[in-house]
Amino acid sequence: MRRRDYTFFKKLDWWSVASYVILVLIGWLSIFSAVYDPEHGQIFDTTQRYGMQMIWIFGAWFLAVVILLIPARIYALFSNLIYFIGLLFLIMVLALGVERGGSSSWLVLGPVHFQPAEMTKVFVAIGLAGIMSRPHFHLKTWRGLLQVAAMILIPAGLILLEKEAGLALVLSAFIIVLYREGLPGWIPVTGIVAIILFLVSIIWNPLYVLWLCASICFIIGFLLAGRKTPVLITLVSFAGAYFLIPLLLGLLSFDLFARLKPHQWFLLLTAPLVIILLIIAFRRRIMYLKTLLLGFISSIILIFSVGYVFNNILKPHQRARIETLLGIDNDVYGSGYNVYQSKVAIGSGGFVGKGFLQGTQTKYNFVPEQSTDFIFCSIGEEWGFLGAFLVIILYMFLLLRIIQMAERQRHPFGRIYGYGVASCFFFHVFINIGMTIGVTPVIGIPLPFISYGGSSLWTFTLLLFILLKMDASNE
Amino acid sequence: MDHRIRQKNIIIAFFIVCLLILVLRLFFLQLINKEYKITAANNVLRYEIIYPSRGLILDRNGQIMAGNHSAYDIMITPRELDAFDTTAFCSIFNLSPERLEHMLSEIHARRKAIGYQSVIFLRQVTNEQYTRFLEKSYKFPGFSVQTRSVRNYPSAICGNLLGYIIEADPAFLEKNPEYRPGDYTGRTGLEEYYEKWLRGEKGYSIYLRDVHNRIKSSYEDGEYDKAAIPGKDMVTTIDLSLQTLGEELMRNKVGSVIALDPSTGEVLTLITSTGLTTEYLTHFGAYYSQVISDPLKPLFNRAIMSAYPPGSVFKLVNGLIGLQEGVVKPETRYSCNMGYRVGSLTVGCHRHPSPINLMQSVMMSCNAYYCNVFRSILDNPAYRNIGQAMDHWQEYVKSFGFGTRLGIDLPGELTGSLPGTALYDRIYGKNRWQSLTVISLSIGQGEIGATPLQLANLAAIMANRGHFYTPHLVREIPAEPSFRPTVERHQVMVDPEHFPIIVEGMYQAVNAPAGSGATARLAAIPGLDLCGKTGTAQNPHGKDNSVFICFAPRDNPRIAVAVYIEQGGFGASQAAPVASLIVEKYLTGQIHPSRQWLYERTLEQDLITRHLQ
Repeated sequence: MRRRDYTFFKKLDWWSVASYVILVLIGWLSIFSAVYDPEHGQIFDTTQRYGMQMIWIFGAWFLAVVILLIPARIYALFSNLIYFIGLLFLIMVLALGVERGGSSSWLVLGPVHFQPAEMTKVFVAIGLAGIMSRPHFHLKTWRGLLQVAAMILIPAGLILLEKEAGLALVLSAFIIVLYREGLPGWIPVTGIVAIILFLVSIIWNPLYVLWLCASICFIIGFLLAGRKTPVLITLVSFAGAYFLIPLLLGLLSFDLFARLKPHQWFLLLTAPLVIILLIIAFRRRIMYLKTLLLGFISSIILIFSVGYVFNNILKPHQRARIETLLGIDNDVYGSGYNVYQSKVAIGSGGFVGKGFLQGTQTKYNFVPEQSTDFIFCSIGEEWGFLGAFLVIILYMFLLLRIIQMAERQRHPFGRIYGYGVASCFFFHVFINIGMTIGVTPVIGIPLPFISYGGSSLWTFTLLLFILLKMDASNE
Repeated sequence: MDHRIRQKNIIIAFFIVCLLILVLRLFFLQLINKEYKITAANNVLRYEIIYPSRGLILDRNGQIMAGNHSAYDIMITPRELDAFDTTAFCSIFNLSPERLEHMLSEIHARRKAIGYQSVIFLRQVTNEQYTRFLEKSYKFPGFSVQTRSVRNYPSAICGNLLGYIIEADPAFLEKNPEYRPGDYTGRTGLEEYYEKWLRGEKGYSIYLRDVHNRIKSSYEDGEYDKAAIPGKDMVTTIDLSLQTLGEELMRNKVGSVIALDPSTGEVLTLITSTGLTTEYLTHFGAYYSQVISDPLKPLFNRAIMSAYPPGSVFKLVNGLIGLQEGVVKPETRYSCNMGYRVGSLTVGCHRHPSPINLMQSVMMSCNAYYCNVFRSILDNPAYRNIGQAMDHWQEYVKSFGFGTRLGIDLPGELTGSLPGTALYDRIYGKNRWQSLTVISLSIGQGEIGATPLQLANLAAIMANRGHFYTPHLVREIPAEPSFRPTVERHQVMVDPEHFPIIVEGMYQAVNAPAGSGATARLAAIPGLDLCGKTGTAQNPHGKDNSVFICFAPRDNPRIAVAVYIEQGGFGASQAAPVASLIVEKYLTGQIHPSRQWLYERTLEQDLITRHLQ
């Protein structure tokens, strides 16, 4: 017994534990600094957020120890049960949830407010690992794919009903896990391209987006084609027709663009070309051309559906956030206020920062949600580029450790779970830090280990320590 | 299972690239871009503006015409606003709940533009309201008090002379970028003209604040605070007691009174009636619609803007030009039989002895005499044609200050109107008019229009026998020793030697014995040698306008006065007594008991009802 404990502690990944502890402490100090007020100068004062966070931290450590004592096998054994209990919780919240800060995702048990949506990451990661590690599971079959998609989308839908869009979006990170487990690469790539195309179509004139898509298709086609000359001839004749016909019509005193918008003219020219090419592609069975053309057609559909999606499906505040991100909406007192003030706080930090407790922007409440979603401002302002860089490096280090742990698991369950943990961490870190500096849209999700709040801290502790336990008991 | 090394590496690369983007963005934000550091400083420091008190406006004896006292504005900071005791608020400030709700909703609509600042919610509340508010201010989150110094006026005097103070409007801010919204600025009168000196410089206290504009602490113990610099006091040329008397005499009359010191061009009194009262000045915004709709146009400063026909006082000018041109001699006599008749044209005159010489023509104000003089000027064979003679006449008149701005230090001075060849060519056609066509000019009627200031200036020219100084209102700014009023000496085109005979006529008009035909005997003041000229200007809108200009004493004159009373009837009956009383008050410091009846009679004259009919 003693001997086994000894090897367990030796096998525990202390590097991860250390970065975890450092991040948690950085979080505590940042919260202290963010809400610091000379009248309540005591860091242990539990009437203040930093005092409360201290209690959450101790709770989280206690939780970590408990997890390390529970045998690692139970997660694989009871993965389905855990998943369904988690779902049950989400449904319960829908029935009993309490409205707080615009979302109805809080459960109240006496003095404790708790957000089960945060925990979704844990049970989805476990549930997915359970399903996907079965011997007869194949991701590349429709059955397998649908199973996995349902396991991710059902909790996501429930969370959306609780109006926690941010936490629902987190689940999209599991696509990284699927990619690792054999999902063809083009699916995530298509997703990313679609997002970029969506954003680009909001800012640019459709004509430019069309030209961009067409040029990319031509370049890819040129690279893949067996014979290059036909591709070049197509390109030249298309461009020639596009520019010369209006010119000739102009000479005949017929103004084409008085009747047509340029992008409509572009589409008018494209349609026959695409149809001819499609016929050629299917007749001669040229695979790459088929894919390319289908991709091109779906891009065009996407471009012209953007306006509809943007104006009719997204909610006004979501629209505003995207506009802020793209720099269309520069209303620094309105929807852009948070991000603007956050950038001001971080930008004013400089290289070494203003020093602990010296930040003025965060301390005087210019940045909203400064101890939860925008906690990174406090770090950026008081510790400057150096501090912010260090925090990002710590996260990167932790991510690499997690991937390494995942990869060395003997059982696929551990590996899949490990990638689930890495994906969630990555998504939270990238989106959260990104939104404070205007790289990503404002999606209200916390920064792991650092943001104020028990639900988030405990969830990430749980995620990490289950993996650590599995890794330490890995034979 | 399978070893998907490629996937693992791509995932790791993806993580690294994404986090690298964050690092690069941070690098740009924190190390390269400076904009955010500046914004951060502006965010935190709150500049609390301290408004300066405006400079005092003093009369020539150091009496305060426009002073200052403290006023309290109730400010609102929309972002700090919370539910508050509206009943208590309404009872303190005498507001109806609906009115309060309306005001709050207006503020609510503007809250984005206001941002994190405070704006004025209630302007200039009373002292009592202020103290009651202070007692209960804890009940009203989002409201605060701003102390400001505002004008007060120890004596009720003509508001048009001083001008009023008003919050700078957007159009003004556009043109004057050194003003900020919420600043006050002088409008009309001395307040506007001397705004630069009167306004002072705003100061500020710097505080550290939070996003809710809550002040956290004074910044660096106030080391960088800037005290407000009060506006500079100015000593005007106005004689307050004279001004007050003049306004008293002009009550219930419409017109203007101006008194000048002819030896310097200093304005002793400048009155427009009916004008703004000082009560209007303090709350101009509240009275605005009332002022604008008043049929007596109190905003219109008649003294410097109104172009009145000068009437008979203009005969002085024509007489002098005739002398200078040599077309009339002191001994030239013309006969007058109740008027001047040529063909169908008749210029009527009143009953007086005939024939008369130049001096008598001034004394008796004979119309026929000046018709003859004016025709001689225009039909002077020395000139090629009447156009040339007319142009020359216009030059002369212009040198007396008519048809030009005299350059008084008040905004909005107008030129009046002075016709010439160009105008008559336009009206009648070239060579289609002659001296008889424009004969009304001989007696100061027709196309000529003069401001009361120009008439007072004419009195000063007569007093000086041929020159005048730019009329001005500010004598000195004690805190600004380099300040000098812009005063120029202007010589008229008529030589001084021609003046005594005309001045003699003015003297006789007032001081000749009864029965001699003198027109202004009512104005005579025993022992003061007053010289004056009456005028009765035809007014197409009603009764004739009453005009009188004078100066005294005859030798080394110390005061020149012009009085113009709309619809006052004969110049002698209304304008002359007012002018006379003002001269007496200025030269002797009192109204002699023997003339008390005149003073009382003048006070009783109510000419205003004629205007309102």
